[in-house]
Amino acid sequence: MAGDTTLPAETGSRRHQLRALAIPLALVAGWLVLIDSGWFQSPLLVPLGQIVSAPFVDPDGRQIWAAIGASLLRVATGFAIGTTLGIALGVVLGLSRPWQQAVSPTVHTLRQIALFAWIPLLTSWFGNGETAKIVFISLSAFFPAFLNTEQGVRGIPPALREVAYALRLPPAKRIVKLILPAALPAILVGVEIALLTAWIGTVGSEYAIGIGRGIGAFLVAARESFRMDLVLLGVIALALIGYGFSRLSRHLYNRLITWQIR
Amino acid sequence: MSTLTPATLDEVTPRARAGNAAHPVQARPLGRSLVLPLLLPAAILVLWQSAASFEWLSPQVLPAPALVLDTFLELARNGDITAALAISLHRIAIGFSIGALLGLLTGILLGVSERVKDYVEPTLRGLFAVPSIGWIPILILIFGVDETLKILIIAKAVFVPLVINTAQGIRNVPVAYREAAQVMKLRAVTRLFKLTIPASLPAIFSGVRLGLSHAFIALVVVEMLAATEGIGYMMVWGRKLFQIDTVIVGMLIVGALGYALDKILRRIETRLSTWTPQHGR
Repeated sequence: MAGDTTLPAETGSRRHQLRALAIPLALVAGWLVLIDSGWFQSPLLVPLGQIVSAPFVDPDGRQIWAAIGASLLRVATGFAIGTTLGIALGVVLGLSRPWQQAVSPTVHTLRQIALFAWIPLLTSWFGNGETAKIVFISLSAFFPAFLNTEQGVRGIPPALREVAYALRLPPAKRIVKLILPAALPAILVGVEIALLTAWIGTVGSEYAIGIGRGIGAFLVAARESFRMDLVLLGVIALALIGYGFSRLSRHLYNRLITWQIR
Repeated sequence: MSTLTPATLDEVTPRARAGNAAHPVQARPLGRSLVLPLLLPAAILVLWQSAASFEWLSPQVLPAPALVLDTFLELARNGDITAALAISLHRIAIGFSIGALLGLLTGILLGVSERVKDYVEPTLRGLFAVPSIGWIPILILIFGVDETLKILIIAKAVFVPLVINTAQGIRNVPVAYREAAQVMKLRAVTRLFKLTIPASLPAIFSGVRLGLSHAFIALVVVEMLAATEGIGYMMVWGRKLFQIDTVIVGMLIVGALGYALDKILRRIETRLSTWTPQHGR
């Protein structure tokens, strides 16, 4: 499925773990010896100690905490809006053939536009502030949530639908008791991709729109003042949070879908 | 629709079909599937046109459809679009070649050698966790907003899926093939070119397809954030001058290009997967 862009993790032996650590450790050691010791100096090669201590001692570095907070709040809002709309539309279109024929082609066509290309239009409609960012983040979460839900609902075995029909379940009950549980694996895959694209969309919109707080704005400020240590700090924060999100959604999947091995 | 085979469709003339009382239920979905998808775009267009005609929104926020068309024709005629596209496609071509070549080599190494995989893969996985938007400020500080930056960002976008798919494709080569190669005592080089690469070609090609679509997205991002020419810049520039018509034209071009790229590559991919025998995995 579309989410398969990570290398499969292998929980190996002690030897595997040692080998895995070899390159990172060599890099850190080399960095400490050459740069932290002051042997080799360049504004681009910042000491590791400086990067690690920046969020605590450096007055500009301390801004990272507020930036992380602002970004997390933003991604949560945009993700909630986009995923809710995406799942809702996916269920409706997955259930009704005419609605699907009427709406799906348009949505699939709009999806062909690279997400970032929406930013100029959105900023001219909603201004250079918070609204444009939230709309953009919602949009980036919407597409994967919608696509996977639509496919998941369409993929429900006809036998299940016939049972619901035979039992004369009312529509609301049918959706809650049958459709959503049956399509849950696909929906959760969509939610996982939506969370990651929403996160990239958050940082990207902060970076491109540039007004207000957030990791993206932090990166722009650090870049403009030529602070490589702060740029690296921001990038590490961005990658770690993304990694955390992907762990979180895997965990959610395994918790909710106990009958299927991914 | 499924009950109506193509053969019976041909046998029944349109007139006979229209007069046949047994068929209208089956004939309707066919017409519906042609008309329904156009309803929503038509409604949007009507709404858009009326918003412009009745001046619900200022043209600086939403220009009339006709103006967008005019702008498109003008930009196409005066060569702006061609020039921007030439620059953008040139960037993709170079970035893609570098990223694909390096990705293929790295993927083969990771797929063939258990030892290389143990040492290198975890580090690569960590680096892959950094999205393009994270690499951009780092690379800007190192290289400036130069051509190198754009090429590197595009190359990285191609590199990631190619490494993953190539390594995975090679690891998934059926054991029977590998055993056959062992029995035949093939030399390592012969084995690589005659067995491993052909057998993992479909997987590698999906990597190429993913890589190219990622390259296109990365191109748009990097051109919008750090460029003075190209199709991404055209939109940013239109936005700066409050020429939303230019912005919309840019979006249409980006959408059409992305669509065409995806369609062509998917077609090649299905061709390729029918050539190679299915592995009984």
